[in-house]
Amino acid sequence: MGIEVEQGAVRAGRVGASSGSENGGLTRGQKFQFALLVLALFVAVPILLGHSPYFITVLTNAAILSFISLGVWITFSIGRMNLAQGAFALVGGYASAILATRYGVSFWLCLPLSGLVSSALGALIGWPVLRLKGVYFAMTTLSLTEAIRLLALNGGDLTKGATGIVNIPRPGAIKIFGLTIVPEFNGADPLPFYFLACVLLVLGLVGVWRLSTSRLGWVFRSLRQNEDLATSIGINVAKYRVIAFAVCCFMGGIGGAFFSVFHQNIYPATYTIADSVNFMLYCFLGGLSYIFGPVVGAFLLVIAFELLHAVQDYQALIYGVLMIVCMLWLPNGILSLGLRHVSKGKG
Amino acid sequence: MTVALLDVQGITKRFGGLTAVNSVSFSVEKGAILSVIGPNGAGKSTLFKLISSFVVPTSGRVSFDGQTITGLPAHEVARRGVVRTFQETTIFKEMTALQNVIVAHQLRSRASSFGVYFSSVTARADEERFRKSASEILDYLGLGAVKQMVARNLPHGHLRALGIAVAMAAEPKVLLLDEPFSGMNIEETEAAVKLVRGIRDRGVTVVLVEHDMSAVMRISDRIVVLNFGTKIAEGTPLEVQQNEAVIGAYLGQADEEVGH
Repeated sequence: MGIEVEQGAVRAGRVGASSGSENGGLTRGQKFQFALLVLALFVAVPILLGHSPYFITVLTNAAILSFISLGVWITFSIGRMNLAQGAFALVGGYASAILATRYGVSFWLCLPLSGLVSSALGALIGWPVLRLKGVYFAMTTLSLTEAIRLLALNGGDLTKGATGIVNIPRPGAIKIFGLTIVPEFNGADPLPFYFLACVLLVLGLVGVWRLSTSRLGWVFRSLRQNEDLATSIGINVAKYRVIAFAVCCFMGGIGGAFFSVFHQNIYPATYTIADSVNFMLYCFLGGLSYIFGPVVGAFLLVIAFELLHAVQDYQALIYGVLMIVCMLWLPNGILSLGLRHVSKGKG
Repeated sequence: MTVALLDVQGITKRFGGLTAVNSVSFSVEKGAILSVIGPNGAGKSTLFKLISSFVVPTSGRVSFDGQTITGLPAHEVARRGVVRTFQETTIFKEMTALQNVIVAHQLRSRASSFGVYFSSVTARADEERFRKSASEILDYLGLGAVKQMVARNLPHGHLRALGIAVAMAAEPKVLLLDEPFSGMNIEETEAAVKLVRGIRDRGVTVVLVEHDMSAVMRISDRIVVLNFGTKIAEGTPLEVQQNEAVIGAYLGQADEEVGH
C-alpha cells in the first residue's frame, strides 16, 4: 500500500502540472466539463428521471458520496491515504442527529455545524496522526474508523447505542420575510433532496477546485512531493497538513449530516471500514490526478451496483477485483482514458 | 572585527552510543564563505541538520544574529534566514522549474491562508511578486530557458541549480549548501564555484559541506575540518592545508585531495 501512495503521489501531480493557467483560473476545457456536469445534474436528470423516485434516490446517494470522497481526494493531494473518512461522516451524522432531535436545531444550521464538529475533531486527531506516512497513516486512520464506530456504539444516552437515533426531522422551509425560499421537504418526493445534494456537490467541486489551483494547492502538492524540502523553505508542514485534513473532515461531516437527515436515522454501523475504503476507491477509480476523479468513480460504482442488484452479495469481492484491475491497467484512473490528450496538451 | 552572524557553540549529537558530532564550535562572519570538510562519516551532514534544526542536538546551541535558534522548529529557522539545501537533487519533481521557485516564496506571503483561498488583493500582489522574483532567480542561475519544464525531466546539472534556486527563493541570510559540487565535472564545478561566489556577493553568507578539495580551497574564506565528529582544525585554506592533524586525517587519500 505504501507503494500505491507513492504512485498516487506521482499521478496526482498531474493536477499541478496541468491545471491550466498558473494563477488558478480554469481552462476552457475545464469550464466546459464543469458546465456540462451542472447541466446534466440540474436539467437533464430531473427531466429524464424525475418521475422515478428510485433513480433519483440512487443519484442523490452518488452525489453525496462524491462530495465525501472529494475530501479524501484532498488528503491524497498532501500525500496521505486517508481511511478515516467514514469516521468523520459518522461524527457529522451524529452531530446533526443529536442537534436536531435533542435541541431542535434547524437542519439548515445542523448541516454546517456538523461539518465544523467533524473538522474540529479532525484537526485535533490529525495534528499527531498526520506525522505518520504511507501505510502507517493508512492503518491508523483505518482503526480510527472502527474506533469512532465503537464510540458511537457505547455512547450511552447521547448516541443511543445500537438502536441509533431515529426519526430525525426532515429539513424545514427557509423563509425570508414570509417569502418561501426553499419549501419544506416532505417524504413523498425525493427531488428536493436530490437538488440539495447537487447543490452541495457543485459547491464542493468549486471549493476544492479553488483550493487545488490556488497557492494553497501548490503548498499541498509541495508537501506530497517532499516534506523536508518544504520545511527547508519555511513552510509550516504540520499546519498545512492539518488544514488539508480539516477540510477533508469538514466535507465528511457535511455528507454524513446529509445522509442522516435523508434516511432520517443514523446507527453506529451506518459507516464502517468498508465505507472508508470505498471513499478512497472512488478516488482511485476516477483518477487521483483529476478533480472529477472521485465524482466519476462514485457515480460509476454506485450506479453500477444498483443496476447489478443480483451481485450485491459479492460487492466487496467485485470492488476488490476492480481495484486490482484498475491498478494494473488504469493506474491513472478512468478519466485518464478520455482526458489523456487534454492533459498532454496542457502539460 | 566583524560580527559573527552564525555562532555554533559546543554542539553535540549522540545517536544511541554513537557520537556523530562531538562538541563542535565555530562561528561564521557575515558575508563569508565557510566550508566544513572531513572524511566520510565525519559528521558533516549531521552538523548541517543540527544548524538548520532538522535534528535536535543532545547539547550545545546555535545562535543566529545574536538569537538562539536551537530548539526552534525547522521551518521557523528557515523563516529567520538560515536555509539549507540537500545533498541529493531534492526538488519538487512534479512541478515546473518556475513553480518550484514560486512555491519556495511561500514564507514571504503577506496574505493569510484565507486571503490566498479567496484571491484577495494582497494574495494577488504576492503572487505577482513571487512570479517576478522566481523568474529573476531562475535567470540568474542560468535556468531561464527551462522555466516551464517539469523538474523531473531536467538534466542533472540543472537540478542542482534548481535546488539552489529554491533555497534562494526563501531569501536566506545564511545559505547552507550540502555538497554543491559533488558529481560535477571540472567545467561544471568551475561554473558552480562562480555561482556560489555570486550568491555571496549578493550579501548571503554561505556555509558549505564539500568533498571536492580543490573547489573548497579556492572558494572558502575559512575552513572547519571534522574527523569522527570532532573539530580537528580551523583556519584559512592555507593554514588548513599545512595543518598536521588534517594531513593525518586524510593520510592514504592522495595529496591532490588536499588541494595540491
